[in-house]
Amino acid sequence: MLSTGKLRPTLGLVRRPWCASAAGIHSSGRRLHNPDEVDLFDFRYTTPFVKNLFVGKFIREQVFPFPRLNQQDYDQLQQMVDPVERFFKDDVDSAQIDTDAKIPAETLQGLKDLGLFGMQVPLEYGGLGLSNTEYARLGEITAIDGAIAVTLAAHQAIGLKGIMIAGNAEQKAKYLPKLATGEHVAAFALTEPSSGSDAASIQTRATLSDSGKHFLLNGGKIWISNGGIADVFTVFAKTEVVDSKSGEVKDKVTAFIVERSFGGITSGKPEDKLGIRGSNTCTVHFEDTPVPIENVLGEVGGGFKVAMNILNGGRFSMGSSGAGIVKKLIEQTAEHATTRTQFDRKLMEFPIIQEKFAEMALRAYAMESMAYLTAGIMDRWPGGSPDCSVEAAMVKVYSSESVWSSVSEALQVLGGLGYMKEYPYERYLRDARILMIFEGTNEILRMYIALVGMKFAGDILKEKLKELKRGNIGVILQTVRQRWGSGFGMGPSHGFVSEDRFIGDGFKAHPSLTAGAKLLEENVNNLGTMTETLLARHDKGIVEEQLVLKRVADITINMYAMTAVVSRASKAVVMGLPNYDHEVLMANTFCQKTYNENMQMFHDLGGENTDAAVQKIGKDILKTGNYIAAHPLDRTHDFDNIDVVPPQR
Amino acid sequence: MWPIFDYGRFVSIISSSDVYGVVWMRSLAQLHKMANLRVLVGVKRVIDYAVKIRVKPDNSGVVTDGVKHSMNPFCEIAMEEAVRLKEKKLAKEIIAVSCGPAQAQETIRTALAMGADRGIHVEVTGKSIDGDNNQTGQMTAALLDWPQATFASEVTKENDHLKVVREIDGGLETVKVTLPAVITADLRLNEPRYATLPNIMKAKKKKIAKHKAADFGVDLTPTLEVVGVEDPPVRQAGQKVESTEELVAKLKDSGVV
Repeated sequence: MLSTGKLRPTLGLVRRPWCASAAGIHSSGRRLHNPDEVDLFDFRYTTPFVKNLFVGKFIREQVFPFPRLNQQDYDQLQQMVDPVERFFKDDVDSAQIDTDAKIPAETLQGLKDLGLFGMQVPLEYGGLGLSNTEYARLGEITAIDGAIAVTLAAHQAIGLKGIMIAGNAEQKAKYLPKLATGEHVAAFALTEPSSGSDAASIQTRATLSDSGKHFLLNGGKIWISNGGIADVFTVFAKTEVVDSKSGEVKDKVTAFIVERSFGGITSGKPEDKLGIRGSNTCTVHFEDTPVPIENVLGEVGGGFKVAMNILNGGRFSMGSSGAGIVKKLIEQTAEHATTRTQFDRKLMEFPIIQEKFAEMALRAYAMESMAYLTAGIMDRWPGGSPDCSVEAAMVKVYSSESVWSSVSEALQVLGGLGYMKEYPYERYLRDARILMIFEGTNEILRMYIALVGMKFAGDILKEKLKELKRGNIGVILQTVRQRWGSGFGMGPSHGFVSEDRFIGDGFKAHPSLTAGAKLLEENVNNLGTMTETLLARHDKGIVEEQLVLKRVADITINMYAMTAVVSRASKAVVMGLPNYDHEVLMANTFCQKTYNENMQMFHDLGGENTDAAVQKIGKDILKTGNYIAAHPLDRTHDFDNIDVVPPQR
Repeated sequence: MWPIFDYGRFVSIISSSDVYGVVWMRSLAQLHKMANLRVLVGVKRVIDYAVKIRVKPDNSGVVTDGVKHSMNPFCEIAMEEAVRLKEKKLAKEIIAVSCGPAQAQETIRTALAMGADRGIHVEVTGKSIDGDNNQTGQMTAALLDWPQATFASEVTKENDHLKVVREIDGGLETVKVTLPAVITADLRLNEPRYATLPNIMKAKKKKIAKHKAADFGVDLTPTLEVVGVEDPPVRQAGQKVESTEELVAKLKDSGVV
């Protein structure tokens, strides 16, 4: 019943490099795993963090202590941050790039020279071989210019990622070196006019030639970032695949590495966009483009998985990029708020303005905490490559919406000035709008988060149910209570707050975070119960209950955010970072606010909500095709003659 | 005594190679004409130029804790010049040296990333910020008894000497110095390159030799004591006058005239 067959029996014996108390190999309270006695239900080692929340399980060892770099890596990272920051400060004219809708060639070359085109390409292929954490850090800086950030991401986070994760040795050796230096630019070609979110419905075809030596590619893609400047494309097309078992011929997606030099490739003119105008976005057409069979990425028919793996891998960095933008805006906007005087007072003295800055700071704090927690989990997972797609999706949803609201609030603080093109706020706003749309729309990602989580819970509960059906209810109940804690109300404490001033075994929150942590704990228990209730109520039909799933997703996104901020603030206290008391305040406040939101959503999920009515209204309007209600001034002809008895005074 | 406490403008010492090299060079004659120079570049870790300096409440110095530090911009210019010499095959080795606390190694690493071949770190504890004293180059030349060319805005190699254009108050002055020599850099000498990320990673493998001042038999007892550091006086508001007579009257009143 386990979703993965991968068990990590040796984990108890493996050093956890991020342990605060890393001197010992295993900390107190953890039993060692004998390879022969692996506990199949021990999800500490099989699944990364969030999915377990759906069954009311909070695996503290995966999120405490907050991931950190060792001193050497940290120093090197700081060294790399400096030249990149300087470049963006001195040699990038974002306003000009936006006006011209083009990144100047010198700027592009400067980025290539700095090494920013191959950040995660392994060292042996000429890249920088950066970890997810280091990549996220540099993402904070490149995000200062939206067009550049998207150009870089389209090139390496998705454009060449396929070759990195699904390519064979020959493909890597052939393509990665030139892509790493930026001599060649990459693009990711999946989207078509009739296939956006529904990626599996693409119609571009690749047919095997008679000689069997190459595929002929035919079709058209739209909105391809770097489409006009790329030399190497990762193209997704439908190929005929013979099902080995049934002999049936099916259409399945295959991924290809396609060079512009293969011929038959035309790019349309750059799209005129609302924001990220400097990024090149255009249609790309393939007409009988010959693609050698050696250029199939992964397996024929396995393209959809490749696409999903590529997209899932890069999302988490939106948290750090977003935080980079918001933090910069806070600084710029604060300058205005501290100098502008109205009603004989500085703007900063008004609570409404203070709230805006607090909101921006809290969101930035949560965004970056989530991003670096996710990156840390990915970088440090024993054995590598954990499936953190749900975590990454959560970071993306939260960050995209937070950036949009924060930029809007920052603009608001400046009032009329914020609306003027002289100031960069309107550009930041326009650039930020795409975040909620690309890399998986937030609507799709919410469904993904909720469904993956519910499926995980459902699979486990199915097992439970089987045992229930088999027999002894009492024993079963006991097992349930032991393992799952929740199920029949508030479960036991998950014990992730340390009782003593010194952090015990290192896998707990510092006591100063007790307020926030207790609220998070409560929510974890609530979620465990709620998941069971929902599955019992809807069973497989839950897939159609999008409004329910949306709330589940929002709740769990909030909970992941709460986890990240509590863990990070804990680290700040334990390490004695400057201003740690401010961080503790932020973390506890964030948890309180988010807990309140969650409780409202739990209430709505409990039963009494407006979903049915809302859906009816929406459906009626869509059926009619426009607003239905009569105009406020509309009247009927005979109304004045009807006897209406006025109320007795 | 090896000057330690402040670099002011930076120091670059260009020395001739050892005898070995000269003999080897001669035998290869025209081919590697003058790639026998070794360049020693002093790099100093100072408060970042963009940071707003604040004086400590007790007036004993400026606030350095938690403040961003970077390589002195003039040291960057010096490094850049050295790297250009190497690229023109006029220099064969660049050595970056820094006297300072443990964090000075970060500055040396930046120099390595810019193109230095190896580094030397002399550990010196205690405060050191840029005092803008403009003494180090001159003192070094004096101690070594080498010629010096300071405030260089252009350096060209001609046979066995250097032609240096200097920026002085009245304009530009061109001097010739024989090698070895000490050069100090001025703002317009060049525009330093960025340390690219691939170079930063490559620099990890380059060596930094660590020493203590005692290793060189140098006595660090300060002969100078900073008595106090103050903010410059707050600028007084100016006064507008209507006529020259009023101006003269005001000047007379304040005792200036």
